[in-house]
This record gives sequence, C-alpha cells and structure tokens, in this order.
Amino acid sequence: MIPAPSSVQGSDKIVSITDLRFTYEGGVEAVKDLTLDIRKGDYIAVVGGNGSGKTTLAKNINGLLRPSRGTIMIRGHDASKMAVPEIAKVVGYAFQNPDYQLFCPTVEEEVRFGPSNLGYSHEDVNVKVQRALDAMNLQHLRTKPPLSLRLGERRRVTLASVIAMDPEVFIFDEPTTGLDTEESEMLMQKLRNLNAEGKTIILITHDMRLVSEHAKRVVVMSQGRVILDSDPRGAFADLDILRKSNLEPPAVTKLAHALKAYGVPVDIISPEELVFHLLRGSEG
Amino acid sequence: MPALLMRDVRFKYRGSSDYALDRVSLEVEKGEFVTILGANGSGKSTVCLLANGLIPHAVPGDLEGKIEVFGEDTSKSTVAGLSARVGIVFQEPESQLFCMSVEEEVAFGPENLGIPRHEIRERVEWALELVDMKGYNERSPFSLSGGQKQRVAIAAALSMHPEMLVLDEPAYALDPVGRIGLYSVLRELRGRHGTTVLLAERDAEEAAAFSDRIVIMNKGRVVQTAPPREALCSPDNLRGMGIQPPQVSEIASLLNSRLSTSRYSFLNVEEAESTIAREIFKKKGRSAR
Repeated sequence: MIPAPSSVQGSDKIVSITDLRFTYEGGVEAVKDLTLDIRKGDYIAVVGGNGSGKTTLAKNINGLLRPSRGTIMIRGHDASKMAVPEIAKVVGYAFQNPDYQLFCPTVEEEVRFGPSNLGYSHEDVNVKVQRALDAMNLQHLRTKPPLSLRLGERRRVTLASVIAMDPEVFIFDEPTTGLDTEESEMLMQKLRNLNAEGKTIILITHDMRLVSEHAKRVVVMSQGRVILDSDPRGAFADLDILRKSNLEPPAVTKLAHALKAYGVPVDIISPEELVFHLLRGSEG
Repeated sequence: MPALLMRDVRFKYRGSSDYALDRVSLEVEKGEFVTILGANGSGKSTVCLLANGLIPHAVPGDLEGKIEVFGEDTSKSTVAGLSARVGIVFQEPESQLFCMSVEEEVAFGPENLGIPRHEIRERVEWALELVDMKGYNERSPFSLSGGQKQRVAIAAALSMHPEMLVLDEPAYALDPVGRIGLYSVLRELRGRHGTTVLLAERDAEEAAAFSDRIVIMNKGRVVQTAPPREALCSPDNLRGMGIQPPQVSEIASLLNSRLSTSRYSFLNVEEAESTIAREIFKKKGRSAR
C-alpha cells in the first residue's frame, strides 16, 4: 500500500522528476538529465520526434523502466522504493500499440484485470469496471474477445483497463494513432472529460494538430532532453525549437508565421482564429 | 497499359459477411502518383493488398472482377513474381521486419532477386540514405523506435527498385519531419525514376495536395476520383467520411463562407500565403510592414 502523502510535499506536484537519465542495455542513452514537475490537473503534451525519448520517459514514470540515474518522486515518495503495482495506483499507462496490452478472453475480464490486482474489494472492483466500460462506451462489447475488435475499439479497451485502476495520472502514448477522425475525436473527448474531473493527463504524441487542440502545457523533447516547457501557443510560436525536435507546427500556424508581416499573430492554433484575424476590420 | 487496373472488383474477407470492396473500378497510369483517402474500413487497405497480389494469393476470401498489374492478371501471377515489380509498405512496420540487422533487412529483397553483391550494397546504402537511416546498418530493427522501424521498412521496399510502390498509411508512426521527408522521397522517386506511387491515407494534410489524382473511398466504394483541388475543396464532406481534411482547405472554406464566395481554394501553405497577401491584405490597403 502507498503510505499517506508526506506533509513536506507542500504543493500540488504529483510527479517530480529530477536529473533523470536512462540508458538501455547496449548503451543507447534515451533520456538525459531530465527534470520535470507534473502538477495535479495538468494536461501535458510530451512531444518530440521519433527516438526523442518520449516513451522511455513515460515508462520510467510508471516504473516499467527504472532510472539509470536521478530520482522520480510520486506524490512525495521515492518511486525507486515503490513496486510497479503501487505506482500503477497513481500512474496509469496506455501503450502505443494496444495489442501489447490485451490478453484476456473478454473485454470485461481485460478491464477487470488491473483493479483486481491492486487489492481492491470485489465490490470496489465491480464499480470501477462498470464505470470504465461506461466511460469508453464498451458495455455492448463486454463479452467479446478484445483481439477480435477493430483498432479503435481495441484502443478504447486499453484505455478502459487503465481507467478502471482509477489512477490520478494517465499517460496516453499516441492514443489516436490508427484511428479515423470520428474515433479520434471521440477518444479525445474522453480524455478531456477525465481532465475536467481533475485527473492529470500526459499525452505523448508528435501530432501537433492534436496538441494545439487539446493540451494546456507542451513539453518538447529532443535527444532525451526537455528543450521547451511552455503553453501551446508559446511552443507553436517557436519554429526553431520545434524543428530541432523534428516537429512541424500545424499548417495554420505555419501560415500565420508566413503572414506575420501583415500583422497576423504567430501563435495562432486554429483555422477559425486565423480567419478572424484575416477578416478583422473588413466585415460588418 | 496502366500500372494498375481494377474493374468491378468485389472482395469479401473469409469469415466476414460484408464486402470490403464493392464494385470498385480504378486505374493508375504508369508514373502516376495517386492517393486513396478513406477512413478505417473504407477499403483502401484492401486495394493495397490487391495491387501486389497478396489478395488472392495469401489472404483468403471471395474475389470477383478483374485486376491487372502492368497488364498481368494478378490471379495468374505469383506474389514473388509481382514483388519484383510492386513494392509494398504496410502501416505497421513490425509486421514486415524480421531480420537481425537493418542491413540484412534492406538487402533481403534484392538478394532474393539474384542481384550481384556489389549492387546490393549500393542499393542498401542508397535506400538507407533516402530514408535518413544511414549508419544504422548493424542495428537490430527491433532496437529502433517506431518511426525508425517504419523508415527501415520503406528502405526495404525501395531497395527492390519497384516500378510501382504501394504504401498503406506509411507515415503512421513517423514524426512530422519524417513524414515530410518520406513524401519528398516519394515525389523524387516518381520524378526522377518514374516510379508509380499508390498511397493510402486517412489524413489528407500533406500528401494529398501533391498527388496527381485523389481517390476517395467510403465503405468499400470509390465515391470520387478527382484532382486534389477538387477533391479537397469540401472539408465537411471529407470529415463526414472519417478523413482528416487539410487545414488549408478548412481555412479556404471558412473564408468562402464568411465572404459569401467560392473563389478560395488552397492546396498548401505557400499558395494560401500568396493568395491571402494579394487578395485580402493588399485590397484592404494593409501592406507588409
């Protein structure tokens, strides 16, 4: 069990990472001297190019990988002294590829697996499972084998199995990859609901359009380091930082940059906003 | 003779009650760059599997209609025979990689075509350079990140020097710069080597605009075949079919509706920039500062 949070914590920091370094067997140093505080209610997008260390960072936070150096504090407690199930009560992680995560014969069993291994009572588990199935619109698929479902549905199952553990922090690794527009919008709506309920969301992605539409804070990674930590507008205004991390701003932001000379602000993140600035003063 | 010809093709996967493709007719000319846009389940992946003979030879189901690749009836040819002419890149690189090193992976295809050793080496270097993976020769594909694996899968297809390249959401796991890099590789292959490209995408953001033609698929049918400007002009329509419209199309469409006109249509940021500067700012007398 997790002991009560220590009073010295004194802030709303849920996860506090200091000088984290992680080296894979074989010598690939995926995360270097990374320091980052995650606060309750944050909606953070961790962005960066392929191989920038995003997923390695996430796996260090949830204990699947253990830091080669540096510390991770979870609710004021040293994560290195916590077992993976203890961490899982605070930090839930949904894999990039749902098929790495699904193994039970039915959707309901899959969703039940997490909470029933965290030592909750049978009744508590039932409540959590039903709530997670409802949240992800999976009641009608309850008895189906997860691997027989479509990708969008399989992804919802992995998310439900994380929601059922009722963590405070959710890490979603590229949750919309492989989904079409409709499925993706529905999923992002669910993430917004979780955040509105006070849950902390960490979205790992390189889809800058998704970031511009959803995140409140953007952490840009490049070669294992954080090179920018800012609100989305600040991140999109800095093309050099983005390109350094193999990212591109959404087309609308690029267009705003190109039209800067005409007084268009460079931190625009939606087509509606851009058109508003284009037509300002010429209508009505 | 077209690179790909499909006439009234219907296909039902074994065990499924619905047709994945329902009377699809499609033609891709040699040297053409065609993008199929469609949501999951639209049939675009099935078209890709038909174009290299994996349907009917490796994927079971009921197939009707005529399919020819470079004039060859695919039901009478073999996957091995077709693979020398048609390269395929799937969405999930893991489904495609199996060798112990990146170099072996990229050399595998040409080795099986009986190409001389020195030429294989040249092709491997060329392909790895194109996908920006030079120097990764000795790495195990499984030690790479998702996006890097996809680049290796693409290099493995390129090293075959295919006449036609079929790619099913190849940029799926790539970061934005990798995506742009991949599309410019495809354009270069087409431009410099005359390679025919058939690309299936769900997101119209980048690739669609520089295609010669766009084929829009929905629920197993082809609903539109048109040049990009025409196919991308209605973002709401695209979104309704589960396709992510390009943001520049959304901007054009918003401008059109706010200004009660239909004059605006943008294929890319550069075009949007010059048109907006000319038609909106200059008219308003707002010049560049």
